[in-house]
Amino acid sequence: MATITFSGTAYSCHADETVLEALIRQGAEPPSSCRSGSCQTCMMRAVEGTPPPDSQKGLKPTLQHRGFFLACICRTTTDMQVALAGNEALPKVLVTVISKTQLNPQTLRLRLQPASPFEFQAGQFINLHRPDGLIRSYSIASLPSEGVVELHVELLPNGQMSQWLHDQINPGDQFNIDGAHGDCFYLGEKPQQNMLLIGTGSGLAPLWGIARAALEQGHQGEIHLFHGSRSAERLYLVDELNALTRQHSNFHYTPCLSGNDSQGFTAGRANEVALKQFPKLNGWSVYLCGHPEMVNNTKRDCFLAGAGFQEIYADPFTISGQ
Amino acid sequence: MTQSLYEKIGGEAAVDAAVDLFYRKVLADTRINQFFTSTDMVRQHAKQKAFLTMALGGPHSYTGKDMRAAHAHLVVNGLNDSHFDAVMEHLGATLTELGVPAELIGQAAAIAESTRKDVLGR
Ligand code: HEM
Ligand code: FES
Repeated sequence: MATITFSGTAYSCHADETVLEALIRQGAEPPSSCRSGSCQTCMMRAVEGTPPPDSQKGLKPTLQHRGFFLACICRTTTDMQVALAGNEALPKVLVTVISKTQLNPQTLRLRLQPASPFEFQAGQFINLHRPDGLIRSYSIASLPSEGVVELHVELLPNGQMSQWLHDQINPGDQFNIDGAHGDCFYLGEKPQQNMLLIGTGSGLAPLWGIARAALEQGHQGEIHLFHGSRSAERLYLVDELNALTRQHSNFHYTPCLSGNDSQGFTAGRANEVALKQFPKLNGWSVYLCGHPEMVNNTKRDCFLAGAGFQEIYADPFTISGQ
Repeated sequence: MTQSLYEKIGGEAAVDAAVDLFYRKVLADTRINQFFTSTDMVRQHAKQKAFLTMALGGPHSYTGKDMRAAHAHLVVNGLNDSHFDAVMEHLGATLTELGVPAELIGQAAAIAESTRKDVLGR
């Protein structure tokens, strides 16, 4: 018999029942629907312990890697501490701002030093807690090997958190973050696969991390990064990205401007330029970040262009202007 | 023991192969893709796997009532027989593309057809 800890309560799980059945039998009410491992309504994450591989069938490789599983098909003999997917309470970590620089007039580069060990993958996101309780999500642009957490913070009109970070925060200041969250990162299981990375605005942050993580791990397939913005002064890391293309023959960078004047850059929206250049995406992996509508439409377009659903990655949070 | 339709078609592996093909057809079809514009495409993709598992006679615990509930918000937005027919068409085309014998496709179609009243909330 295994013990399953869920929301702070211990539940017994017999060999002949699933984790979902065990929880329901003892009065817990986790969500479920098909109860046969296909609809993913019952998805949970093992915060402690390892879920059996059988209970991870059909989940994205990056989710499997992080211990997500389907409770309705999970039979286990080992103890686990589990949380509902999307509701995993991760402990807060105190961070100190070690540098604050401008990437362009509206985007900050913040480098944070965690006070305690903080595990993440480039491309995942954190929640930033302002002392008064306001919380916003930001993608991580740095690599684990760099030891710091780097965020790109775009100043949004009426953006309470972004204005606070731009105006009030200085090196030496401290606040809490929690994470790392999200399944949008490089796993390295398919080094030959071609990768398409499309971002708008500060959606470049996770892609800058993911591209460098892939190159650091010796990725061999082609990596195409398209960064879109309205005008040239809103692009950033242009020199760094151009330098990366010179260092790695399989890395390609296309800055795109959607405004009237393309100022010598590629004209058009990044997602449209990318799909025009690569209308067939069978076998590719795709990473999308930035404007929520762009992300959502491009998910569909990349899927229709042949990319498998399990190979399309995007962080779920949306950028709030409030 | 005789094999079930689900086993004959190839079980979960067959559904996995079918789901991307099927969902691609559905999303590309302007007659019905307005019902699939929810922001959570990943969740919807998983639900299409649940749909195919069910249509192929695989394990599930959906009742007619569940089917009514799952589609009620679509019926409010005008889901009708013509949309149901379009989904049936894509189901058949997907299985044909995967080389499933016509006789088994007929059986799958009959299972899907049997949910028509519930899906359309009648
Ligand atoms: C042919 C018979 C059909 C069957 C057996 C069927 C089955 C299912 C099942 C099992 C689910 C998942 C329910 C859940 O776990 O919440 C589902 C969801 C869904 N179905 Fe159907 N379905 C059928 C027809 C249709 C049609 C004709 C449409 C629209 C053209 C449709 C659109 C949807 C949508 C949009 C969802 C996802 C709803 C959500 O995101 O919560 N289905 N269906
Ligand atoms: S309830 Fe559908 S996958 Fe578990």
